[in-house]
Amino acid sequence: MTNSWTDIKNTDLVVVMGGNAAEAHPCGFKWVTEAKATRGAKLIVVDPRYTRTASVSDYYAPIRQGTDIAFLNGVMKYCIDNDKVQWDYMKAFTNASYLVKDGFGYQDGLFTGYDAEKRDYDKSTWDYVLGDDGFVVTDPALQHPRCVWNLLKAHLAPYTPEMVERICGTPKDKFLKVAEMISECSSPTKTMTSMYALGWTQHSSGSQNIRAMAMLQLILGNIGVRGGGMNALRGHSNIQGLTDLGLMSHLLTGYLTMPTEKDVDFTTYMSTRQFKPLRPGQTSYWQNYRKFMVSFQKAMWGDAARIDNDWAFNYLSKLDVPAYDVLRVFELMYAGKVNGYICQGFNPLLAFPNRDKNTKALSNLKWLVTMDPLDTETARFWENHGDFNPVDTASIQTEVFQLPTTCFAEEEGSLTNSGRWLQWHWAGGTPPGEAKHDTYIVAQIFLRMKEMYRNEGGAFPDPILNLSWDYADPNEPTPEELAKEINGRALTDLMDPANPMKVQVAAGKQILNFSQLRDDGSTMCGCWIYSGNFNEQGNNMARRDNHDPDDTGAYLGWSFAWPLNRRTLYNRASADLQGKPWDPSRKLLEWDGTKWAGYDVPDIAPTAKPDEIGPFIMNQEGTARLFSRGLMRDGPFPAHMEPFESPVANVFNPKMRGNPVSRVFQTDVAQMGLSDEFPYAATSYRLTEHFHYWTKHNRVNSALQPEFFVEISEELAEEKNIENGGWVRVWSKRGSVKAKAVVTKRIRPLMCDGKPVHVVGIPLHWGFTGSAKKGLGPNSLAPFVGDANIETPEYKAFLVNIESSTAPEEARV
Amino acid sequence: MNVDLSRRSFLKLAGAGAAATSLGAMGFGEAEAAVVAHVRPHKLTTTTETRNTCPYCSVACGVIIYSKGDLRKGEAADIIHIEGDADHPTNRGTLCPKGAALKDFVKSPTRLQYPMHRKPGSDKFERISWEDAFDRIARLMKDDRDANFVAANAAGVPVNRWTTVGMLAASATTNETAWATFKFAKALGIVGFDNQARV
Repeated sequence: MTNSWTDIKNTDLVVVMGGNAAEAHPCGFKWVTEAKATRGAKLIVVDPRYTRTASVSDYYAPIRQGTDIAFLNGVMKYCIDNDKVQWDYMKAFTNASYLVKDGFGYQDGLFTGYDAEKRDYDKSTWDYVLGDDGFVVTDPALQHPRCVWNLLKAHLAPYTPEMVERICGTPKDKFLKVAEMISECSSPTKTMTSMYALGWTQHSSGSQNIRAMAMLQLILGNIGVRGGGMNALRGHSNIQGLTDLGLMSHLLTGYLTMPTEKDVDFTTYMSTRQFKPLRPGQTSYWQNYRKFMVSFQKAMWGDAARIDNDWAFNYLSKLDVPAYDVLRVFELMYAGKVNGYICQGFNPLLAFPNRDKNTKALSNLKWLVTMDPLDTETARFWENHGDFNPVDTASIQTEVFQLPTTCFAEEEGSLTNSGRWLQWHWAGGTPPGEAKHDTYIVAQIFLRMKEMYRNEGGAFPDPILNLSWDYADPNEPTPEELAKEINGRALTDLMDPANPMKVQVAAGKQILNFSQLRDDGSTMCGCWIYSGNFNEQGNNMARRDNHDPDDTGAYLGWSFAWPLNRRTLYNRASADLQGKPWDPSRKLLEWDGTKWAGYDVPDIAPTAKPDEIGPFIMNQEGTARLFSRGLMRDGPFPAHMEPFESPVANVFNPKMRGNPVSRVFQTDVAQMGLSDEFPYAATSYRLTEHFHYWTKHNRVNSALQPEFFVEISEELAEEKNIENGGWVRVWSKRGSVKAKAVVTKRIRPLMCDGKPVHVVGIPLHWGFTGSAKKGLGPNSLAPFVGDANIETPEYKAFLVNIESSTAPEEARV
Repeated sequence: MNVDLSRRSFLKLAGAGAAATSLGAMGFGEAEAAVVAHVRPHKLTTTTETRNTCPYCSVACGVIIYSKGDLRKGEAADIIHIEGDADHPTNRGTLCPKGAALKDFVKSPTRLQYPMHRKPGSDKFERISWEDAFDRIARLMKDDRDANFVAANAAGVPVNRWTTVGMLAASATTNETAWATFKFAKALGIVGFDNQARV
């Protein structure tokens, strides 16, 4: 989230699209209710299903899943055509006036430079025109035909209300009503917030869904303001934290990136991470990359990271592919190229698409280690459960270790919520049986391996032998020790840059925050964006002052928000070019002639003059990007792409299937279905009574929602002779499930390109362990293909067929 | 009430069997005092309260765990109740149908108690000691890393990749656990390393 849960109360319009906050994030959704009750805010829901969020909305519009880009492009076009743009904001704070290279264009659903063989674009024309001074050439009058604004207008031209209806199945009048309501938020004193979740990410073009809304929010002037922003409602309690901390194949901590094979040494690695400003005088904060990177290497390898060994740069792996993401790893496992796997609090047998493939992949492992507080299907993937896990146990040669861990209630530490608040919690109970903390388990395996490498030698032992593990009890590092490492400390006396005679931070002391980091090896810091979490003032994540001066919703004294306790990202954009708030009633910051001050920690240098320094300090431009250059694989503007399995052809290019640059493994090509065989558009979702595959282990939630079902319209039920409550079989090119049918008015057929499209809703909470009835889920059916930029599987739009059926084996009673 | 008494300390007082007269002295009328006096002691009175956070979605609602026994005093602590934290700015004491049943997650019948081991081809899990499990896992990992580690590419550039073992990290663990896990996985050269963020 750019903003926070409590900030939602400041909004005038909530758009829930790609999410279902009332059911999936109920206590956060309370702030929507608050905004409606106290400000008269309106709520719009755009969703294939009439969800419980929709049931309390002011306006609901249906949409076919996987067509959100067309809808949002249509709204942007509507706003521009009707002069509903916050012009001063958009002109000053975006790259609308920047000129783009000749040659860049878009035709037949594709941008310039497409290579069908490589499934990739040559992105060399997707960039700005640079002047002799090295800065981007601009046309502030927005007259030049090659400026971003005019290229955007041309790109959006096809997305008329009629086209939106044709692609999305949203009736024109409903689309226009939504567009009109949204467009009113172009006023500097009206704000809209976007709340989205996996309904936008789980698509082969998921990143572009989010980009389209971000662009709309920029055109309306809604980023950086109270009650505005792009608010990703994350699915797990600490998915934000694990991503911030770089527990991903392509990341290091704080969004530093893993080296690739092209980064032959540290100098080469840094050469592509210079981040020189593209406009005069701009901050381009990533220019500090080297300080964060050297301090990270010092946190990892201490004295073994020295200037004369490139700060131990070669201890890091170098990637030969963009990422060894989970789909790639399971593809390798399926091909017999992975021997061992560790699942910490993760249930991939139910979480990853194409369950049959996952089962075969896991069966190829020599060994599997699971660490979890609960029994999981993954730990028991080898166990036969009839139709619910039809495996040949004896033939599976995988050795499995199931290690019991503590849960939240038995451990201490911080979790980062969607609003980037790092909240500390304390242990309240004794773990059951012999359950252990994850840190203990990781330490035990690590220390044993280290000992073996010390005694036996082996493959490149250096990064293992030299890994910093300087804890009071190496067998179990404490949460406080780890949190202090994340914050960082001075390794030698740090002298004050303003007064070289004065010690700023004494050796061994915690640094105040990342502004004190150095690139000469005199500081260490595990994760720069978190720095400030645990400094000499103490554990700031444990702060519990819930005062909120003037009821802004900021709560600066509660926990610690990254970065620097800032609650609203880009908050300098809440004020105009003179530094005055766009909306005085919703002030966040104000320029007092010498500095920025207000209700939040300024997201700009405190003395940066408002008419000189742009608010988007992490971008080399200082502005936000309506045109994203070559930074996304599938285009600098969002363009309509159909899901890989779609009931209709792409109207821009009927031959194009899915996202033209998404990675598709050869083994999965034959497992893609077509609409003649699989005519119905399926989508996965959560129920409010369940959390993933955890709560089926508890009796209360299992009683509330005891068994697997699929949801279909009355029209489809009639067409297929399916009874409400009767058994149905749903199948795709990859698998088949049996479920009870819930026949509902919540789903209605849509008319897309002259053809009726029926939606089949498939909730995801059942398996073969726990207290609930055994069941299957959408991952038995969904395709093994992901988003072109980040490889999130396309769970929200795929094709199935359905027929009435009989009960599955083991469920017949 | 004419004294500043929080709800919880009031309950403690009432639960400890404070006499009706002292309640009267705090501003209660006779009738109210009589009602309070015969209410049975509140069952949370003698528990330890611990601040925690709901582990499900990313709203991160504040919760209070009530346990018999106090970990800070070195005692075993048995969790008997979990409720919303009324002081928390986001949830202000409310919980959803999942959060309201958190105690049943902590106490669920399928919480794992002991390390278990499944031999190749076997149809059952069997108990294994922690020490044996750690020794065996560390040995399997060390041997695989030594056999399959890619030290350099064809051009001789050190690449330090271990692709034959992968790891999934849990996005319900704390940041501190995550940092320890990160150090472990990246130092070993495990490149097939992800968390739930991608799915």
